[in-house]
Amino acid sequence: MATEITRLFKKNQAAILERWMQNQLADAGLREDLMSNEDLRIESEELIVSLIRALTEDNIDDVNSADFDHVAEILSGISISRARQGYSPRETCLYILSLKEALQQVLNEEIQDVQEQLIALLRVNKLFDNFSIVIFETFIKGREEVILRQTDEITEISTPVIQVWEGILALPIIGTLDSSRTQVIMENLLTAIVDSGSSVAILDISGVPTVDSLVAQHLLKTVSATRLMGAECVISGIRPEIAQTIVHLGIDLSGIVTKASLASALIYAFKTLKLEVRKQGSFKTT
Amino acid sequence: MTVVREQDVVPFRNRVKEYAVKIKMGLVNQTKLITAASELVRNMLRYGNGGEVLIEVVSRGRDNGIRLTFKDDGPGIADIGMAMKDGYSTGKSLGLGLPGTKRLVNEFEIKSEVGKGTKVTILKWANG
Amino acid sequence: MDRIPILRMGQFLLVTIQVDLYDRLALDLEADLVKMVSKTGAKGILIDISAVSIVDSFMGRIIGNIGVMSKLLDAETVVVGMQPAVAITLVELGLPLKGVYTALNVERGMDLLKSKIQVIDDEEIDPDDDDSDDITE
Repeated sequence: MATEITRLFKKNQAAILERWMQNQLADAGLREDLMSNEDLRIESEELIVSLIRALTEDNIDDVNSADFDHVAEILSGISISRARQGYSPRETCLYILSLKEALQQVLNEEIQDVQEQLIALLRVNKLFDNFSIVIFETFIKGREEVILRQTDEITEISTPVIQVWEGILALPIIGTLDSSRTQVIMENLLTAIVDSGSSVAILDISGVPTVDSLVAQHLLKTVSATRLMGAECVISGIRPEIAQTIVHLGIDLSGIVTKASLASALIYAFKTLKLEVRKQGSFKTT
Repeated sequence: MTVVREQDVVPFRNRVKEYAVKIKMGLVNQTKLITAASELVRNMLRYGNGGEVLIEVVSRGRDNGIRLTFKDDGPGIADIGMAMKDGYSTGKSLGLGLPGTKRLVNEFEIKSEVGKGTKVTILKWANG
Repeated sequence: MDRIPILRMGQFLLVTIQVDLYDRLALDLEADLVKMVSKTGAKGILIDISAVSIVDSFMGRIIGNIGVMSKLLDAETVVVGMQPAVAITLVELGLPLKGVYTALNVERGMDLLKSKIQVIDDEEIDPDDDDSDDITE
């Protein structure tokens, strides 16, 4: 009786694929916008072929058998690619669950004896539970990869170093400063200083929501690192609330040149570089 | 590898650098790691009369890192709490070695027994 | 044993560190430099560390020492060309290198040294003024 299952599946391979496709197409959540039916069919067929080839009477109960490695691989591949394409977890899971349904339908039709049918169904169920876990795990992994990549991109984007004048760099910081971001900012700023040969750097913190002692420490570090490179660092964009918190927390920023706005920092920078900016013609009146 | 003379320090640093490059560690983290290693090797030479260094590559998920273990049979450190404080030194140095090193790496562990020797383990992740 | 060469350029001493320093070499450099300053009466020291990839607390201390010692001998020290990674590491280590001036590159370092000496001379209103003018040309 037990031999029946694999044999049945082999015999009905074409029918299973047909049913599976039907099940998938019938589902309202089918994403025709993301994948054509033709591609879906090819993908599904590959999975069935490899599953049925791997399936024997010996390993059907041992879900961790090495024989299923190839199947698990295909499943992971499908799952990861779906995670990247933006499928929902439900849609990805339904993919494998609808195959289970198709197999169960076949068993239902082919096995007359109720007792045997139940046993066969249970075994198939167990196997597919495992496949679902594989799908789920890799799906989340795929999503995590997407998140990590985005985090990297955000850190890249969020720290632009702007050359505002010859010898003057400005770096607007937006968002919270933590140690890993400080490191990225420091690195970008220092490399930009070397590349452009600038001698004044303006750190604008108008976009930083709060400054606590840790953030202040990060700022101080950045300033001393720029000094070591032989450039001066000005901090600008200190909002009144931030000035209050700095004083209340007892943070000592006295070693740093601070300016209220980017404009006044720029004026300071011009002064240090012995530059003068004035309105055209105004020199005549003075 | 064994470090017993001052001249061993530079080859040792190069060795650490090789490993760091192999796991694609960023330049800043490389510099931090090698500086930390350099501090510890100096301590080992000065106070422990040289010793052994073990270089290992470790991985955690998708992140790789380097673990260095420094072991000497020197006199040991009597008060680790004091040794880890900024500005404290029994020798004539700035007293930045141990606490500074700790700030440069991700994980830092020190074990010492007076009369038996000192073992320091540091770990730096490639993206940390 | 190898040594770090010290070049003399008018009133300044120029040191370019091209190799990774080990402690002995750094100590020798410190001693050599101080001797050279007193022998030549140099007004400024320019140390180029653009090729140095590692500065640890010992090296940092040597650089600081050179700064303080030469100050005693009436010479200013400028460290130029520090690598960004080295700067970050030094800050993290807690070594802000107080007492030495820094500049981006040799050219800026020279300008800085010249201006420092100018300032000092102006303040003292020394008859020495003629001397320093000769050098700047």
